[in-house]
This record gives sequence, C-alpha cells and structure tokens, in this order.
Amino acid sequence: MATNLPVSAQSQGGIGTAPVPHTEHDDHLHDHEHHDQHWLWKYVFSQDHKMIARQFLITGMFWAVIGGLLSSLFRLQLGWPEATLDWLQPLLGKWIAGGKLDPEFYLALVTMHGTIMVFFVLTAGLSGTFSNFLIPLQVGARDMASGFMNMLSYWFFFLSSVIMFSSLFLETGPAAAGWTIYPPLSALPQAISGSGMGMTMWLVSMVFFIVSQLLGGVNYVTTVINMRTRGMSMSKLPLTIWAFFLTAILGILSFPVLFSAALLLVFDRSFGTSFFLSDIYIAGQALHNQGGSPVLFQHLFWFLGHPEVYIVIMPAMGMVSEILATNARKPIFGYRAMIGSLIGISLLSFVVWAHHMFVTGMNPFLGSVFMFLTLIIAVPSGVKVFNWLATLWRGNIRFTSAMLFAIGFVSLFISGGLTGIILGNATLDIQMHNTYFVVAHFHLVMGSSAFFGLFAGVYHWFPKMFGRMMDEKLGYIHFWLTFIGVYLVFMPMHYVGIAGFPRRYYSWTGFDAFSQFADLNKFISAAAIIAFFAQFIFIFNFFYSIFRGRRATQNPWNSTTLEWTTPIIPGHGNWPGEIPAVYRWPYDYSKPGAETDFIPQNVPYSQTASSNLPYERELDD
Amino acid sequence: MFAAFTSGYIVRRDEGNWREFDLPMSLLFNSIVIALSSASMQWAYYSSKQDEVKRVNLGLLLTLGLGVVFLLGQLHAWSELVAGHTFFGGADANPSGSFVYVLMGVHAFHLITGLIFVAVVLKRSLNYQVHSRAMLSIGNATIYWHFLGGLWWYLYLFLLLNH
Repeated sequence: MATNLPVSAQSQGGIGTAPVPHTEHDDHLHDHEHHDQHWLWKYVFSQDHKMIARQFLITGMFWAVIGGLLSSLFRLQLGWPEATLDWLQPLLGKWIAGGKLDPEFYLALVTMHGTIMVFFVLTAGLSGTFSNFLIPLQVGARDMASGFMNMLSYWFFFLSSVIMFSSLFLETGPAAAGWTIYPPLSALPQAISGSGMGMTMWLVSMVFFIVSQLLGGVNYVTTVINMRTRGMSMSKLPLTIWAFFLTAILGILSFPVLFSAALLLVFDRSFGTSFFLSDIYIAGQALHNQGGSPVLFQHLFWFLGHPEVYIVIMPAMGMVSEILATNARKPIFGYRAMIGSLIGISLLSFVVWAHHMFVTGMNPFLGSVFMFLTLIIAVPSGVKVFNWLATLWRGNIRFTSAMLFAIGFVSLFISGGLTGIILGNATLDIQMHNTYFVVAHFHLVMGSSAFFGLFAGVYHWFPKMFGRMMDEKLGYIHFWLTFIGVYLVFMPMHYVGIAGFPRRYYSWTGFDAFSQFADLNKFISAAAIIAFFAQFIFIFNFFYSIFRGRRATQNPWNSTTLEWTTPIIPGHGNWPGEIPAVYRWPYDYSKPGAETDFIPQNVPYSQTASSNLPYERELDD
Repeated sequence: MFAAFTSGYIVRRDEGNWREFDLPMSLLFNSIVIALSSASMQWAYYSSKQDEVKRVNLGLLLTLGLGVVFLLGQLHAWSELVAGHTFFGGADANPSGSFVYVLMGVHAFHLITGLIFVAVVLKRSLNYQVHSRAMLSIGNATIYWHFLGGLWWYLYLFLLLNH
C-alpha cells in the first residue's frame, strides 16, 4: 500500500524538504493510516477528497459521452435534413417515425445536451473534480474541512444524475424547453410533451444538483480559508486555488437563485400559482393564470445563468495558468494581476445577467447599462489573455499534452471572447440574437475552452491521481483532432449566424434564405461527429493508462506546488509525515542563480542562497 | 435565495396587475414572538458560557416553545389570508398573494430545520454536553436562530413597506 511509503520517499524530488518543527497534525494522521478499510468505504462511500475527485471525474466523463452523443444526433438532423434515419431506430425507438427524427425529440436533444454539458460535465465534472483533488493537496491540508459533507456532495450529484439520466427514457420524452427552461413553454405540459414528466424530473434533478453544489462549495471555501498549511498566505496560493475559491463563492451566491426560480416554477406547474404565467390560450382554451411575468423567470434564471458560465470557465483559467507556467518554465506573468482579474470577473459576473435579455423588451436605458458592464468584462479577460501570452513569450516550452491543451484553451478563449464583445452590444445583439452566431460564441469561449481546460487538467494531474502517466502520443493525436475539429465546427457557425440562420430550428429547408447553407451545415455536422469520435482516443488513453500506463515519478513535470511533495500515490491524509510548510510563491521557475530550474514552495530561502533576491535574503532564517 | 424572492417581488410589482391586500395583524404578533425567542436563545447561550446548565435547558426549551408558537401563528395568519380571499394558487390567485405564501412557507421550512437544530442542542444539554468548554453546537444554533429571526423581521418589514 502506498500509504506505508517511508517518509524518505517524500524528499526524492531534487531539493529536499526542510526540517520543520513538529506540528499538531501529526497524531491526527495515525487515526487514518493503520486500519484497512472495507472496499465499500474506500472506493464507494469514500470521504477522501482524492477518491471523491475521481468519482466526480468519471461520472463527468460518462455525462460528456452522453452529451456528445446527443449533439451528434441533432447534428445528423441539421446536416442531412432529407436523410432517412431508420438506422437509428434501435437506439431511439419511437422517436424515429417514418425515417424522420421527431421534431419534439429534437428539441429535447438540444435541451438535454445543454443541461448535461453546462451543469453535469463542466460544473460538476470540472470544478467538482479539480476543486476536490487540488484544494487540499495544494494548500497543504490532510483533507477537506468536512469529508462527510464532501461525500454527500458527490452522492447528491449522483442522485441528481440518476434522475436526469432516467428522464431520457420517459415515454413523453425528457425536458424540451431549452436548457434555460423558459416558461410558459416549460410550465405547461399541454404546450410540449417534454414539459410533462420530463420537466418535473429535470427540476427535481436540478434541486439535488444545487444541494450538491452548495455542500461542495461551502467545503471548498472553508478549506481554503481555514486549512492552509504554515506559511501558505493567500498571496502564496497557486492560481488554481484562487480560481476554485472564487468559483465556489460564485456558486454559493448564485445557485440559490436558480433554486428560487425552480421552486416558483414548480409551484406554477403543480400548485396553480401564476408567478410566470398570464393571459395564455392553449388550443382555444383560456388558462386561469393571471398576472404572472415570464420575464421575471428570465431575470432569476440569468442571475444564476451568467455567474454559471464563470463557474464553468474560471477553474479552467486557474489550471491553465498553472500548466502554462510549469511547462513554459517561467513564472506566471503578473501573478497579482491574475488574482485581481479573477476577482474582477467574479464581481462583474453578478451585474451583467440582463445581456442575455436584450430583446425581452427591456428599457433601452437599462440595456445600455448592462451593455456597459458587460463590455467591462473584456478588461479583466484581456488582462488574463495578455498574461498567458506573456508567460509563453520566450519560455522554454515543453509541449506536453497538457501544455498543448492549455495553449489551445488560450486560443479558443481569444476566438470566442472577441465575438462576446460583438454580442455584448445591445444594438448588435438585436440582429444576432438566437442565431448560430450566439451558438458559436458560447461554444468557443465557454464550452470548448472549458473542455480544453478539463483535458489539460486531466493530462497534467493524471500522474497524481493514478500514479501513472497518460500516453503522450495518443495525447497529441487527441489534441490535434479536437483542436482542428472544434474550429471546423464553430468557425462556419459564425458565418451562417451573421447571415441570420436561427438556432433551435428543427428544419430549415423550408426557408429559401437558409437553403444555401446546406453544404456548410453538412460540413459542420461532419466535423462535429468526427471530433466527437476523436474523444474516444482520450477515453481509451485514460482507462488504459490507469492500469497499464508508464509509472509516474514523484514530480514528473518538475513542478513547484505542494501536491508533488506527496508520495506518488498519496494515502488518506496526503503526507505520511508532517505537512510541509511553505516559504515562497508557487512560481519560482528558472529563477536566475538557482541550481535547478524550479524551486518547490516548501524550500526555505536559507537553502537557496545563490538565487535569493535582495529582499529575500532578509527572510533567510 | 430570499434576496432573489424579494427582488423578484419588487420587479414583478412594478409591472402592474398587482392585487393589493392587507397583511393580517397576527403577523405582528408572530414577529414579536420570534424576537422573544431570539432573546431566550441568547440567554441560553450566555448561561452556557457560565456553566448554568439548568438555565441553558430552560432557555432552549423556551426557544423551542416560542418557535412552535411562531409556526402555529404563521399557520393562523395563512388561514386569515385565505379568509380574506388571498389565495396561493388557483383561478382567484394573484402573484402578490402567492409571493407572501412562498416567502412565509420557505421561511417556515428553514425555521423547522432550526427547531430540529435547537432540539438537538437541548438533548445534548440535558446530557450535560453543553458547557463553557463545549460551546460549538450552541454557538452555531444561536447564530442560525438569530439569522432566522432577523430574516423574518426583514421579510415582515419588507412586506409591510412594499405591499
């Protein structure tokens, strides 16, 4: 068992750990180590943050395959609207009628694709995995503040996943009102069959999902604030931790608002209230609901919805910062500016929600206020992009798979971010809204970027997670297929979007204006499906490497942060001896005068006399 | 979450088609009850600091009792609302009334969790597990209870001023 590794294993990584005085954590450790746990408690109902992280990751990967499969299905419909899809009958059953995809099921596919990708993959799968895995390891803690709550967080997510997954198999179909579930469409089962049982299960599932997010978020924040090791001040935290910390705060503040909206929607659907419904006729029948406001729902939804996109992207930003610095062998450019821009993005994310609602008839003055605030977000985003590029500039770059995905992230973030400036303008948005331009924008800047951050993170921390390396060759193939695939999918979408091609349309062949885009649609669909299948290279690589990968060394990337000072496979409690103390910031790469090109955070200044800067000599004791 | 509800309330009210009605007087009575329960909770907290176990038990019991009275009072207020033809749902309902039910209902749900929490602390206190060196549970319960009381006062004043 790796937990029994001798303490000396700890100091294999080049420069050893400094002798530090005894800490009180010592005796705590022995409670954990010397009893064999039943496999059920070790692998299933585990309270160890590393196991919970792996559970989140594998559940997230499962969801990503489902979400990707759904998108391949509706891309088939969009790319080849005239084709007969009888061969899908074994998979889709009654949703294929007469060789055609059922139009309502098409909407359900789009809805579930959005829901799954945004919430289950990129929120739970991304920040759930890496916040859990990296926060205790990088701040120097034995585990999360509350291992039990952490376990509950995963199992609420699991429950929510089970409910959402089973809603795919309902006879009336899963929810079909778009991932934003705007009422009245989502509130009235008479309107679309997906708003019946499917919507109910969607709401129940999301309630559990929110509970999971809150339990997790409270834990992350508490751990970062209270459980940092000796010397780990907030200004010595790796940028990953800053990103996870702010992400968790965003989640704690914004998810309850979604809960409010969902609760009111439940009341409207099942208890006859009229929060969001008014003056509705269905099939000539007047409904009793009076006085509700559907726009109110949009306000509540987007008050979560906008911070949500930063909940998705900020963990990726943090990990990319870390991976770029490590593999460029250079300190991150502008460490404090990086933290400042993360804080700036977090604050601004709460005051821009109505830019999703420019065309709801809001007061143009209000629209211009939100436009102004939205465009300000370009400033911290620009700071980040500049700093990433400046970190790469004249770096001694090691092109590992993780590094490729991190650079790919920066590329996608720039391409997608630029169109955000266009869409953030209220006047331009009137032309662009609900076209494929919007789809292209958010898939690049949030969807694909966050996925690239996720891949980068998996390739980079895989050795720490499983004690083995992933295959680099397969990683390269995976990267290039995905990178080229993503651009081939979303670049043409901008073009058809500018021409006014509307999103969420099942069939566009009836409109003369759009039939000229048949070729482009076919092209996009083909690229999307190829890119989807390219992901199986990653999945194969992942599972093969867990069991057969090359064995990892203790610090394979020569990185400075604390997680690489643990044994190759850390036991429960992370460090077999005492927790290392921290003396320096996490980005001492290629420091002039240093013996190695990296100095881990736990090396005191007294051991690095040759590279100390003048003010650091005073810290030398 | 309550911030979301109350701001939703304001946004919605400004859009018109908003039926005005008077809040039942019993809400004022309930507000006083919950303020008293906060006081008794604080008294229990201070007593536990001084290891006065009997007073802690009494204070917690008082808090529990007042909490239950508050809940019953809220139920009574609902029946007064219904008597005044302000309904939660159905053909005669207006969002102005539905909002009041939602705010009171969600608050009541939190209050029930608070009652459970206080009851757990009371059980520990009866086992002599709450004293000046074991303040964590009663400390957290006190914070939570004050939060619930303060929240109710916020909601009450909000409804009073904005209807």
